[in-house]
Amino acid sequence: MSTSDVNTAQRGRGRELNLQQQRVRAAYMFLVPMLIMLALVAAWPLFRSISFSFTDASANTIFNGQSDWIGFDNYIERRVRSNGEVRWRGVLVDGDWWNAVWNTVRFSIVSVALETFFGLMVALVLNMEFKGRGLVRAAILIPWAIPTVVSARMWGWMLNDQFGIINHMMLSIGLISEPIAWTASADTAMIAVLIVDVWKTTPFMALLILAGLQMIPRDMYEAARLDGINAVKVFFKVTLPLLRPAIMVAVIFRALDALRIFDLIYLLTPQSDATVTMSVLSYREIQQFGDYGEGSAMSTLLFVIITVFVLLYIKLGKVDLAGEKS
Amino acid sequence: MERTLLQNILFYFGVVVIVVIAVFPFYYAVMTSFETGTAIFKPNFLPESFDLANYESVLNQRSFVRSVFNSVLIASTTVFFALLLAVTASYALARVRFRGRGLLLMTILGVSMFPQIAVLSGLYELVNLLGLYNSPYALVLSYTIFTLPFTVWVLTTFMRELPVEIEEAAIVDGATPWIIITKVFLPLLWPALVTTGLLAFIGAWNEFLFALTFTISETQRTVPVAIALLSGASVQEIPWGPIMAASVIVTVPLIILVLIFQRKIVAGLTAGGVKG
Repeated sequence: MSTSDVNTAQRGRGRELNLQQQRVRAAYMFLVPMLIMLALVAAWPLFRSISFSFTDASANTIFNGQSDWIGFDNYIERRVRSNGEVRWRGVLVDGDWWNAVWNTVRFSIVSVALETFFGLMVALVLNMEFKGRGLVRAAILIPWAIPTVVSARMWGWMLNDQFGIINHMMLSIGLISEPIAWTASADTAMIAVLIVDVWKTTPFMALLILAGLQMIPRDMYEAARLDGINAVKVFFKVTLPLLRPAIMVAVIFRALDALRIFDLIYLLTPQSDATVTMSVLSYREIQQFGDYGEGSAMSTLLFVIITVFVLLYIKLGKVDLAGEKS
Repeated sequence: MERTLLQNILFYFGVVVIVVIAVFPFYYAVMTSFETGTAIFKPNFLPESFDLANYESVLNQRSFVRSVFNSVLIASTTVFFALLLAVTASYALARVRFRGRGLLLMTILGVSMFPQIAVLSGLYELVNLLGLYNSPYALVLSYTIFTLPFTVWVLTTFMRELPVEIEEAAIVDGATPWIIITKVFLPLLWPALVTTGLLAFIGAWNEFLFALTFTISETQRTVPVAIALLSGASVQEIPWGPIMAASVIVTVPLIILVLIFQRKIVAGLTAGGVKG
């Protein structure tokens, strides 16, 4: 190799390096506006909300800076009364809060489980070839496209105790003997919320799972069929394991949505203790009672719970959300 | 796989059940919206009356028309700004290797799935500090918290799919990253931009919590809040007819859009969710 060759090669490598550096610099420039925006609308408000949870901020003091730092008192506070009696107060010893936690958790588990099951069923149907498949896919997009507020109102009407069509149908086929106050009664309020949520979000689940199904090579099924393996066994031994990544991702998206649920419950079953969730309770505390301190403590706890859940899920489920490894 | 007649019948029965469950509630809402008086309280499965009174009463409320206008303005402005910032950011995230990229992507995804209540009091303070309370800009600003990360995330997955050869050819021709985005990638990305924009638009159009918190007067409301607060003189007198009419008015355009862009929407929804 002559010296000039070496020089060109080095210069070439130098230029490449330079080019890569240039690209990285451009990348940072491109990211800055987005990062500034996210810092302004996400990071800063989150920081402020968490800060409020350590103060006695109320609707009157939130803007004039007269609220005082009270440490963890919104979360838990030990008070000794003059007669020596010890009282605990704060969100962590508040029965309403734990009721909301329980509601949120059971709502999330049941709704995501039902949606995954029905979503899988619908996806399996849509993965078959049949006449009118396009039509069915269009039909299931409708519940997804309808705003939550509208579906809460629509179902509120259908589930109405006196005039609702659901009671009418169930009465006429003899499923129930008297009308049920679906949204008002404590026994059925959660069921009502679950019905509406499952109706509205199963399509999303179905579409995510369908995309996963369509990525399974057809010849896998061919091979299994030629080997004479029956359809049920193929489903459990071939389809389901290959679908696992798609389902895992779909489940976490839905679970995060379920854990923060607000509008459906706020509108369909207002004031019901049987359905109030962490988001609804925190909103009530802030907006209705003007207690920014305790309301923010609740929202901060919700944030912490969701973060821990996501980290555990990604770690234990080995979910590759960012797609960096593929 | 060959199916027997019985299997076929069962299969199509299942298909019909799925379609009926998916469509019936909206069908029922449309039917109710055309009923007034006592007809509304009589459960029926087939349309029996065609009365436009509910639509008249809703459209004659100036505040409702104003709410529709507010919603259109807020959702389109939000989406426009989100896309503007997202195109360059997603190029950086999809095509350039740099340290901390994976972490940054996870952070962006995290922000888009944030519980909104966790920033509510902080955002309320910010909105007031900037003097935006009870104005559409309060919502444009606060909706950025979910539209921006969402558009960045989806566009990043779309941009990853673009062939590397095109970019290499442009680099050989001496194109800077800015030229590559605007002259080479943008023309190829139009379909992705439409899809992403539409999904973000639907998200902003449907948002309820921020809209409920950051507006107070009737004229500043968005459609979801207007529908939520449509009420009668007492709890017993919920005006179901007008509520259904309002619901139909704001939902029909969405459904038409979704049906037109069906394939693209499915692609957009699943982008980032599932990878090949």
